[in-house]
Amino acid sequence: MRWTNCAIVVFAGACQLAGAQAAPAPAPPPARFVVVLDAAHGGDDSGGKLSTGQSEKAFNLALAVRLRSLLGARGIQVVTTRESDAAVELDRRAEIANHANAQACLTLHASESGSGVHLFSSSLVPTEPARFAAWKTAQSAYVTRSLALAGELNSALLHAGFNVTLGRTDLPGIDSMTCPAVAVEIAPDHGPGQKINAALDDPAYQARVAEALAAALLEWRSDAGRTEAGRP
Amino acid sequence: MSSRFQTILFSVLVLASAIMGVALWRQLERAHQRLLAGGDSAPTQAPQVAPAEQATLLVANDTDGSMITEVQSLPLPKDPGARARVILGKLLDLYAAPDAAHPVPGGAPSVSQVFLMPAPALTQTTTPDSTPQTPPAPKSNDTGPELAIVNLTPSFAASHPSGLETETLTVLSICGTLHANFPRITQVRFLVDGQPRATLAGHADLSHVHLAVDAAPQQ
Repeated sequence: MRWTNCAIVVFAGACQLAGAQAAPAPAPPPARFVVVLDAAHGGDDSGGKLSTGQSEKAFNLALAVRLRSLLGARGIQVVTTRESDAAVELDRRAEIANHANAQACLTLHASESGSGVHLFSSSLVPTEPARFAAWKTAQSAYVTRSLALAGELNSALLHAGFNVTLGRTDLPGIDSMTCPAVAVEIAPDHGPGQKINAALDDPAYQARVAEALAAALLEWRSDAGRTEAGRP
Repeated sequence: MSSRFQTILFSVLVLASAIMGVALWRQLERAHQRLLAGGDSAPTQAPQVAPAEQATLLVANDTDGSMITEVQSLPLPKDPGARARVILGKLLDLYAAPDAAHPVPGGAPSVSQVFLMPAPALTQTTTPDSTPQTPPAPKSNDTGPELAIVNLTPSFAASHPSGLETETLTVLSICGTLHANFPRITQVRFLVDGQPRATLAGHADLSHVHLAVDAAPQQ
C-alpha cells in the first residue's frame, strides 16, 4: 500500500514537471500539412476549349502536376483528385478532399475569358463548426478560412505581378469540402487594349502561376503552424 | 431496230425517272416548308408603340470582374414578364456587341421567356455579405416577393464562353438587372429550353435558385 501511494505521488510529480516544461514551449509547426489539388473536369467533361485547341481538362491536369511537384519539393504532402484524364464526380472530389483532412484545397480551372487569375470562394453563409454538417453546405463552417486562404493566394499572385480578381459564387464541388477551399481560374494575361502579354499555352506563364501558388501555400503553411489552419 | 424487250425496258426507265423526279420535287417542297416553319417568329424586339422608359442594367466586365450600372432608355411593354424579357434582351444585346467587355454571343433572342410568380420560402440562403435572409412565404396578393424564371435558349448556353468568372458574371448580371428593375424579384431560377440544367457552360451552377439581392447594386 505504501509503495502504491509513493508511486502515485512520484507519477503525479512527474506529470506536473512535464506540464510545467511544456507550457512555455513555442507552438510547434503542424504535424502534417496536406494540400488537395483538384484538377477540374476530366473524362467526357472537357471543360472549356482554349484558343490553342487544348481542352481545359488537360490544362488543369498539367497545372496540377506541375504544382504537385513544386509543393512536394518543399516538403508539402499533396493529394490529387485525379492523376489522369478520368471523369471524377464532384461528390467524389469532395470525398477525397474531406478524407485527406487537408489544410488547403485548390480546385484548378482555366478560361480564355478575363485576364490574369480569378479566385473564387464559396458564397455560403459562414457558420459555426458543428459535429455533423449537411453535405451540400459543409463548406459553410470553413468559409472564413477559405476567404483567408484566398487572401493569401491573392497576396502572392499580386506580388508575382498577376492581375487578380476575387469573387464568391456557388461552387457545388467546393461547397461540400470540409477544408479551406478556393477555386483558382487561370486566364491569359491581358495588357492595355486587350493585348495578350502571356497566353495560356506559354510554359513560362504556367510556371509563374505555379510558383506563385506554391509560394502562397508555403506562407499558408507557416500561418497554419501558428493558428492551426483548417480547424475552425 | 430495237427489240420489243428494249422498248419495254426504255419505257420502264423513263417512267421510273419521271416518278423519281416528282418524288424529289415533293421532298424539296417539304424541306422548304420545314425551313420556313422552323424560323423563330417570336417577337424579339419591344413593340415600338410602347413609350420609351428607363431601365437599369448591370453590365459585367470580364477584365476586372466588375459590374457597372447603366441606364438605358427603351420601349417597354406593360406586362411584367414581357417587360423583364425585353430588359434582359437589351442586356444580352450589349454582350453580343463586337466591342463588349463581357462578350457573349446570342443577343436578345437568347431569352425565350421570363415568368414571374410568388417566391417560395428558402431555408438556406447564400449571401456573400454574411447576412442570412429568409424571404417570407408566398402571399396570395401581388405585393410579396417574386421568383423570376428565366428560360434561356439552348444555343445561348451552347455558345456561352466557358469559365468560372464569365459564367458567374452572366448569372449575376441577369439577377442584378432583374432586381434593379423589379425590386420584388428576390429569387431567380434559370431554365434552358424549359428544362433544369446543372451549369450554364460547365461552371456556373444553375441547379438551384439564385438570390437576386446578392447581385443587386449596393445603395
